[in-house]
Amino acid sequence: MLTQDLHTVLPELILAIYALLALLFAVYTGKDNATNALTWATAGLMVALALWIGMGESGTNTAFGGLFIDDAFARFAKVTILLSTAAVLVISQDYMARQGLGRFEYPLLITLATIGMMAMVSSGDIMSLYMGLELQSLALYVVASIQHDSAKSTEAGLKYFVLGALSSGLLLYGASLVYGFSGTTSFAGILSTVQHGVPVGLLFGLVFMLSGLAFKISAAPFHMWTPDVYEGAPTPVTAFFATAPKVAAMVLIARLVHDAFGGITAQWSQVLAALSVVSMFVGAVAAIGQKDIKRLMAYSSIAHMGFALMGLAAGTAYGVQAMLIYMAIYVTMNVGTFAFVMSLEMGGKPVTDITLLNNFSKREPLKALAVLVLMFSLAGVPPMLGFFGKFYVLKAAVDAGMSWLAVAGVVASVIGAFYYLRIVFYMYFGAEQPGAEAKMAPVQWLALMAVALIMLAAVVNFFGLEPAAQAAAGALVG
Amino acid sequence: MIGLTHYLVVAAALFVIGIFGIFLNRKNVIVILMSIELMLLAVNINFVAFSSASGDLVGQVFSLLILTVAAAEAAIGLAILVVFFRNRGTIDVEDANVMKG
Repeated sequence: MLTQDLHTVLPELILAIYALLALLFAVYTGKDNATNALTWATAGLMVALALWIGMGESGTNTAFGGLFIDDAFARFAKVTILLSTAAVLVISQDYMARQGLGRFEYPLLITLATIGMMAMVSSGDIMSLYMGLELQSLALYVVASIQHDSAKSTEAGLKYFVLGALSSGLLLYGASLVYGFSGTTSFAGILSTVQHGVPVGLLFGLVFMLSGLAFKISAAPFHMWTPDVYEGAPTPVTAFFATAPKVAAMVLIARLVHDAFGGITAQWSQVLAALSVVSMFVGAVAAIGQKDIKRLMAYSSIAHMGFALMGLAAGTAYGVQAMLIYMAIYVTMNVGTFAFVMSLEMGGKPVTDITLLNNFSKREPLKALAVLVLMFSLAGVPPMLGFFGKFYVLKAAVDAGMSWLAVAGVVASVIGAFYYLRIVFYMYFGAEQPGAEAKMAPVQWLALMAVALIMLAAVVNFFGLEPAAQAAAGALVG
Repeated sequence: MIGLTHYLVVAAALFVIGIFGIFLNRKNVIVILMSIELMLLAVNINFVAFSSASGDLVGQVFSLLILTVAAAEAAIGLAILVVFFRNRGTIDVEDANVMKG
């Protein structure tokens, strides 16, 4: 019995043992000298685990009496999380070393956060949901303030901590109400309770839990921390915040609403639709005045979360599939964009002001072209992959009879296109003046070019993303 | 006779006081940490009350997990507060304003 359970959680177990051994090793030996080796080893292990999970077994296994679920849905999310985390680690290594941030804690904290995320997407019970979420959050609070001699980074960490703890509190209060009114914390138990009528207390609990999770994906109106934390944290950390944790929290919401509250779609789909509309418009409108590219990417991620929520709000298997495809495309685009943002510097110092991109295309034509492709893709211009992500969620909303939501999404994406295109405008038509350079390590260059190519080439067949997402959505809703 | 409702009202009151402590407090960050603790403990009262009313032990197990995590959270919060203080020389909420927002 226990052997079976341990076999099911083997990927998480391996990662956890690796994190602890690596911590011992790094403390025992030369401390920060080992950082480079640790970063590459961590990334390598994550890619290996992603391949293993992706190619490995099929079907659904549960462990520890239903606390942990390993199904196609969880596996899709885990592969996305592991690959994006590995990508962020390798592109950030050069930046961290040059800014004097090459501390061995960084790859290890990221590993611990990743274990938390893998536990989140596999949770089958409110208790395991909470433990996974906290393991992820606690590691992320520390990572946000890792540049501990910078006022900005520590302030970002402090703000993230306070609002993160507030959101955990909301989530827990909701969890206590759900437990009280259904008498169980397991998703399966809650699902069988809500089929015999829904007490008001249970609905309050659901709304509290959704608000707590909305903080984690930075959906408006719970987005206040996002711009400050994105701006204050070192750029590689921002890149990490913008990718894997968003996938994990979004997948967790899907897991909660379908596995635990699947019988009362009408009750939560309105809440998610409202979050979606507000996020899309806040993200699109508030980004217009931003001059700092990291703040701009923060509002961009708020808007993107709005679109992903649109897929969930549809409440169908197709909606979940659309959300998974959207998130996979979103993290890919962000890895490429942040590889570029990390490399921007002027006189040896990293810069983030977008007006310094003036005439960038004259200095670096190839990189400017790649960034142009990425910006068009983020905006959702048709030939690029970003458009297909939006297309899937819009179709899911229309199929579910929520045409108003789809119309709002199109309007928001037109408004949002303005600020992506402004970056392109600065790069190609900006005034003649000295500006930022993009000094890239080979791996950053490779990430930027590869992502730009994927945005163009993957249109043909999506690299098998669609059937995988379909199988994952089928495992959750079907 | 004190019943389930009384416990729930106390927990709700403590939870709301915690939230207000975070948002209305303009003085210092330690108070925010205390408010966070208050929120988590209010949730614990809820869990234990529900658990005892329904005769199901899971709620009490959950409250032990919450206590553990709350301790870890407080440790991390204080550590971040210490590095913040080293940089700024203050822990006033109003001075956390290098970035607007």
